[in-house]
Amino acid sequence: MELKLTAKDFSSNLPVKWCPGCGDFAILNMMQKVFAGMGLPHEKYAVISGIGCSSRFPYYVNTYGFHSIHGRAAAVASGVKLSNPDLAVWVITGDGDGLSIGGNHMMHAIRRNIGLKIVLFNNRIYALTKGQASPTTQPGTKTKSTPAGSIDYPFNPARFAVGLDCTFVARGIDNDIPGTTAILERAARHNGTTFVEIFQKCVPFSDKEFDPLKDPATREDVLLRVEHGKPLVYGTKKDRGIVFRNFRPEVVAFEPGRPPADIAVYDETNAEMAYLISGLSQPAFPVPLGVFRATGKPSFEELYYEQVKPVGNTKEHELETLLSGPDAWEIK
Amino acid sequence: MSEAGKERNVNVSELSSVTVRFAGDSGDGIQLVGSQFASATAVAGNDLSTLPDYPAEIRAPAGSLSGVSGFQISFGDDSVMTPGNRPNVLVVMNPAALAVNLKNLDKGSVIIANSDAFAQSALDKAGYKANPLEDGSLDNYRVIAVPANALTENALKDSGLQKAQVLKCKNFYMLGILFWMYGLPLGPTKERIGAKFGKSPALAAANVLALEAGYDYAETTEIFDARFQTRKSSVAPGKYRNLTGNEAAAYALITAAKLLKKKLFYGSYPITPATEILQTLSRHRANDVVVFQAEDEIAAMCATVGAAFAGELAATGTSGPGLSLKIEAIGLGVITELPMVIVDVQRGGPSTGLPTKTEQSDLLQAVFGRHGESPLPVLAASSPADCFTTTLEAARLAVKYMTPVIVLSNSYLSNGSEPFRIPKLSELPKFDLPPLPAPEDFKPYRRDPVTLARPWAWPGLKGYEHRIGGLEKAEDTGAISYDPENHQRMTDIRAAKIAGITREIPPTKINGPEAGELLVLGWGSTYGAITEAMGEARKAGLAVSSAHIRNLWPLPPDLGGILKRFRRVLVPEENTGQLRLLLRAEYLAEPIGLNKVQGQPLNSDEILAKIKEVLGK
Repeated sequence: MELKLTAKDFSSNLPVKWCPGCGDFAILNMMQKVFAGMGLPHEKYAVISGIGCSSRFPYYVNTYGFHSIHGRAAAVASGVKLSNPDLAVWVITGDGDGLSIGGNHMMHAIRRNIGLKIVLFNNRIYALTKGQASPTTQPGTKTKSTPAGSIDYPFNPARFAVGLDCTFVARGIDNDIPGTTAILERAARHNGTTFVEIFQKCVPFSDKEFDPLKDPATREDVLLRVEHGKPLVYGTKKDRGIVFRNFRPEVVAFEPGRPPADIAVYDETNAEMAYLISGLSQPAFPVPLGVFRATGKPSFEELYYEQVKPVGNTKEHELETLLSGPDAWEIK
Repeated sequence: MSEAGKERNVNVSELSSVTVRFAGDSGDGIQLVGSQFASATAVAGNDLSTLPDYPAEIRAPAGSLSGVSGFQISFGDDSVMTPGNRPNVLVVMNPAALAVNLKNLDKGSVIIANSDAFAQSALDKAGYKANPLEDGSLDNYRVIAVPANALTENALKDSGLQKAQVLKCKNFYMLGILFWMYGLPLGPTKERIGAKFGKSPALAAANVLALEAGYDYAETTEIFDARFQTRKSSVAPGKYRNLTGNEAAAYALITAAKLLKKKLFYGSYPITPATEILQTLSRHRANDVVVFQAEDEIAAMCATVGAAFAGELAATGTSGPGLSLKIEAIGLGVITELPMVIVDVQRGGPSTGLPTKTEQSDLLQAVFGRHGESPLPVLAASSPADCFTTTLEAARLAVKYMTPVIVLSNSYLSNGSEPFRIPKLSELPKFDLPPLPAPEDFKPYRRDPVTLARPWAWPGLKGYEHRIGGLEKAEDTGAISYDPENHQRMTDIRAAKIAGITREIPPTKINGPEAGELLVLGWGSTYGAITEAMGEARKAGLAVSSAHIRNLWPLPPDLGGILKRFRRVLVPEENTGQLRLLLRAEYLAEPIGLNKVQGQPLNSDEILAKIKEVLGK
């Protein structure tokens, strides 16, 4: 019998302690809906986080949850997933947690293609420690740790994941409920590591960060909604698009609805295209959203358990036989 | 094939134990022949103890002093407790091996040297101006020069192997000589060689031939005028195998998981001298062993915490610098009260220090080296085979008390080997988990009233869904709590839970009188050397007792009383006095230290000398 659950079933009923207006609320609602739609019971979910505002997330979903330590969620979750591959293991992290202190674990989880559903809330700031520059803080941004403006070159998280050959990479934004929910649903069903970056506003410390991407009047002029098999066309009037010339993306303008013949058609299985498109940024280009990469490759846990099958407690693997090994001798 | 001393009338002397050291270039196959020799003595009914000693470099320059690899074995009757202080027989494959090892040789000892390796260029590399085999400088030793290259080439002239391969067999030629000297049977070793070189039958046959040829050479050559027979040990009947400390720890972890009917999850990162645990477990994956080679020490520890959360028997292994990296995540294990075993195979520190050498200098790091108030049990293994018992006990305590447990081993125990009696299932300890109540009565931090352990419910168990993490927990419910009184209570409860483990500690065994003038108190890997020194001290009529502790934290409940019954307490340690510091802090005791930090184990002579010094004898 199919399990019928609602988003409400996945609420832990604990008071949610994010600041009013935080983008995390929207992400929580989307995730609860996605969990409910998977047909998996509560006990099959393990939601694992590191440290930061986003990492409070496990307390608010009615599943098994582990609020671990700074940067280590992917490593803790790898132990959970490899121990019990039947679990749906979600990793909730942020730009500081997942890419700065936890960058190494993130990189290696993706490299292994272990079945972790990684959701990285990108607010481009250290919010829990009240406003220092993070590895995604944009150049020039004045924060409490960069009063003269940040000079660090920032990471592009989605492109970082594409560069590591992650088998599922996508980017959403907290105010785009249908688009981001659809991404999370696809991630939930993917085999292997999924990396979903979600642009998320932080009211106290990066409130305006994504405003240009959110204004209903103008946002379609700066957003590129990427979809497999569809031409890369954008603009409020659908009058601009992306072409590749000399292996470089270029913006072309055209009569609405009449793109040129060489307009790029997105292919999410194409790693090179994913790399080029996920790297686009303002002001020269629109900001891409959607699924950048989705490809099939056996997961780490599949390879692991297929390589050596457990024998169970058969005669030749009884403890005494095992301990004796081939070299034992008897003293009478 | 000739058998023990039948054909030639040579003097056979009986010895209680013998120490042999093989030494040569790290490419000379020293560890291989050493372990083959060890197995042969074991099968012949001897007790034994071995210690490999190799350079940190994989292949140091050929013939150089820094490239000398050694393998020492002591074998004989029950008096064998350590690999021996000073070899009776030194087998050297080149001049560098002689130069490095001569200082540990007593006059009158036997040196068997491959004289073909003593060409001028090799002598130069070892710093010899003249050939020590010929210049009279070794007149105080019994030198047996064996032209092993030429003899091996001659023995294998029909083998069809290339010259380079033939010369690789010279270590087995030398081994054959040792087999003759100690009357060891060739049969079992020939079988082992067959198995070891199974993929290359030609090489297996050549090594067997070299072994036999070496044996016959000793048998027929007049230069060998003596054979020795060692007394057999009187060990308990049963099935035995030779295990290194690292192998013993690995098998203990598998055993614990089997007793719990769980998978073993071992998350680890390669580090000398703990890597052999990772490798041993990797060979046993079919036995529900999950081995995860993580990207770093931190991830290895975190994955171990994750596996414990997932409900499996979780363990990791490392050495000192790795333990430092793991400590943050061990703190997470302490506050989430999840069971896991951390094996720390200590080496010389700080930092990279002496990565292949032994020390006991992580004791305080293990007991106290964490942020916040985070007590956890620390146990130390006392011999290679005891790494099994101690690691098994660590796993038992971990699940019974829901806590990370640190096991201290070290380079000496991890690489050394001794016979291990394979236990019957019925002899193994019982493993208890804290009771898990019905889902409606489940609270993540509602404790067992006796052990104070919280229940263990893992993802997949319906009705027990809950959230844990690194933030302080409210008593009982486990919800996040910043309440000041609650933090005090939880801190006290965590301490009381670990302190309560003293109820698991058996009475401390005192070797010798229960009270008196001097107690030698040891822990960990010094057990063999202390026991040997005690034997000598007693022969000399000295009034001295000894005790050895496995439980370093919490300390045995009777220890304070024992310390008071002796006028003086001597604590030999391979550090600058870490147990001494604990004893002073816990019992206001003023023990005397014998402290050695040279990357080499304390030996019984040093301990005996100190006992005599303390007693004014």
